Amino acid sequence: MTATMRRRGAVLLVGGVAATMLLAACGSSSTTSESSAAPAESSAAPSEAASEAPSSEAAVPAGCEAYAAYTGSEGTSVTLFTSVLPPEQQRYEDAWKPFEDCTGIDIVYEGSDQFEAQLPTRIAGGNAPDLAWIPQPGLLAKLVQAGGPVPAPQGVSDNVDQYYNPAWKAYGTVDGTFYAAPNSSNMKSFVWYSPKVFAEKGYTVPTTWDEMFALSDQMVADGIKPWCGGIESGGATGWPATDWIEQIVLRQFGGDVYDQWVAHTVLFDSPEITAAMDTLAGWMKNGDYVNGGFGNVQTIATTAFQDAGSPILDAECGMLQQASFYAAQWESFKPGAVVAEDGDVFAFFLPQISDEFPNPVVGGGEFTTAFSDRPEVQAVQTYLSSAEYATARASQPGGWVSANSGVPLDTYTDAIAGLSAKYLTDPAGIFRFDASDLMPAAVGAGSFWTGMTAWFGEDAPTQEVLAEIDAAWPAS
Amino acid sequence: MEEVTSGLAKIGTGLAAVAIFIALLLIVFFIGARARGKLQHPAAMIVFLGPAIVLLAYGLIAPAFLTTAGSFKDATGQNWVGLANFGWIFTTPSNREVLLNTALWIIIAPLVSTALGLTLALLLDRMRRESISKSLIFMPMAISFVGAGIIWGLVYEYRDPAGAQIGLLSQIAQWIGMEDPPNWLLWQPFNNFFLMVIMIWIQVGFAMVVLSAAIKAIPGDVVEAAELDGATGWKLFSRVTIPMIRGTLIVVLTTIIIAVLKVFDIVRVMTNGNFGTQVVANEMYAQSFVQFDVGRGSALAVVLFVAVIPLIAYNVIQLRKERTIR
Repeated sequence: MTATMRRRGAVLLVGGVAATMLLAACGSSSTTSESSAAPAESSAAPSEAASEAPSSEAAVPAGCEAYAAYTGSEGTSVTLFTSVLPPEQQRYEDAWKPFEDCTGIDIVYEGSDQFEAQLPTRIAGGNAPDLAWIPQPGLLAKLVQAGGPVPAPQGVSDNVDQYYNPAWKAYGTVDGTFYAAPNSSNMKSFVWYSPKVFAEKGYTVPTTWDEMFALSDQMVADGIKPWCGGIESGGATGWPATDWIEQIVLRQFGGDVYDQWVAHTVLFDSPEITAAMDTLAGWMKNGDYVNGGFGNVQTIATTAFQDAGSPILDAECGMLQQASFYAAQWESFKPGAVVAEDGDVFAFFLPQISDEFPNPVVGGGEFTTAFSDRPEVQAVQTYLSSAEYATARASQPGGWVSANSGVPLDTYTDAIAGLSAKYLTDPAGIFRFDASDLMPAAVGAGSFWTGMTAWFGEDAPTQEVLAEIDAAWPAS
Repeated sequence: MEEVTSGLAKIGTGLAAVAIFIALLLIVFFIGARARGKLQHPAAMIVFLGPAIVLLAYGLIAPAFLTTAGSFKDATGQNWVGLANFGWIFTTPSNREVLLNTALWIIIAPLVSTALGLTLALLLDRMRRESISKSLIFMPMAISFVGAGIIWGLVYEYRDPAGAQIGLLSQIAQWIGMEDPPNWLLWQPFNNFFLMVIMIWIQVGFAMVVLSAAIKAIPGDVVEAAELDGATGWKLFSRVTIPMIRGTLIVVLTTIIIAVLKVFDIVRVMTNGNFGTQVVANEMYAQSFVQFDVGRGSALAVVLFVAVIPLIAYNVIQLRKERTIR
């Protein structure tokens, strides 16, 4: 009998182990790289090897003056966990290579496509990275409540005060404690258009809200539908429409009402948001204006946001309100399409509505959050919030944008990136983070999306839609 | 280059894991095979059933209990809220629509699939080159729901009626004289049926093949005897064929009903549950993994689970009855 028992136990154990191993074998993709570990490359680059020598507080090696403040942690390494995968990874590593060479701190980059699922697990398992780029203020707040992130050192705080629009500091702050500075940013307040068509028809880029609608009427008279749009996006259908409302709320009522709206002290079913919906109804729900190349207003609900801009290249649609990252789409409509002020397609700033709220920008970004206060981690965190880092990164190829005003605008090699940075760093501008990303998921990734989709697709009454979005707001 | 080496390393780790797994299995089988006498039977049972039971307990039974517990908790899964989540399911107007749509799916899609499958089985039974047409009808079964959704998305695609059409259905509608075809996926409540067409398209092949086999398995003497008694056409079909394949019909129906209860991919790809087409499974996914409300997601899962139980029970009872008859 005991033999059976023993055998049974062994078999169960073996089965369990085998199952675990099978599960472990099917992990998710992630990239870890230590390519930039300085010692390995020292033989190839003798001059840099010299800078590797313990410099102590004495003379800083040539070329390393900018990094003098970060020295003192030679031979250490700092892990950085992100959702950004190659080829972007290489551009980051190239950007901070001089920092690594001069300070002797090795930044170990680890990108994962399962970032948001893995980060809380790693923190809970006592295996938190030293640094992570967190894409949403809401996630940062959640992590702080659960415990893990450590407050940012004074250097980071000073950098943000010096270089960033004050709104950014607020988004990196939880319960009065400042945790994280932004890394990259994106800019959502753009209108895409075809410079070629504009030149042909003699249109000029509008700089005020009224001019934009005068131009729209002009296009209607010329037989072109002025606007196109698409909000279909699979499981996230509706998000482009939430962006439109956000643009209008910020332009019509300013940052304070916008913040109250995000905090739900201004309800969706309020005079302000109703007025914003009415403004949107006269714009993207106006049958005379939309939906160029696709059909009636309702097609906005069934058109994929990726496809929405394609009629612009055929002059079937005049303009599309979409974010800076839409720049990557044009190539798929027309191979070799040039995104430039005199090219096939370009973007202009969605004008302000009222002088009271100048240059309103809705955008997003990710935040460099630390989970350790070791000196080398703080050194890297401070460096990543500096103008030197942002400038080095912005000079890499690709459309990377920083809201850091210390980056000279001519650093940007990409026209849209430069234009984005111009508005993101405008000292007089009003910056606000994408509201749906700040709201609770039941609204920001739920009823706000479905409500706007019903408003376009089913012509659901405005008050009904707004009341339903409010009803989904979690009681707390 | 670096990616290649790290990729190779990963493949190596994977292969090693598989090799160790197989080695362990071989050891277990070896030990099991050496058992003699009284131990032989229980040892064999443990060797063959043990891993399956462990995996089932870990992957199915434990989650079932955890999900049921989760359905009585709040969004974060930390505080008990009693029946609040179920109250939300059965009282919110949008959820009533979800339940109604799911009920429509369960009733219409399986009945139509089975009826069409039966008709096709009967028709093709007398055709030459039966296998070719059968293969063609069965082929959609090999396409995933997501793939089918994308294909039919192109069929239902809407463009301004004045311009060129890229949607097949709109173009056909225009050819037959419908000047202003609707935007099919927005046309309530018919859009629900347009989505069901996809499910039926996939399931008809399955129903046809299984029912055709059952019809062919009816003993020739039974049919002959019925014909000698004067039964032909409809009478032969309704009094002889149907009763003879009754068990298979029930299996086909319940299998499709269970598939329909889980319908998620089609709705997600085509409309994401917008425009009044939401169903329970897609709402469950949205609540759990888009809005991160674990409580509501679990409650919806429990509703689905409870709805499946009577079907499975009926299926099992029917199979048992048949066994006793034979």
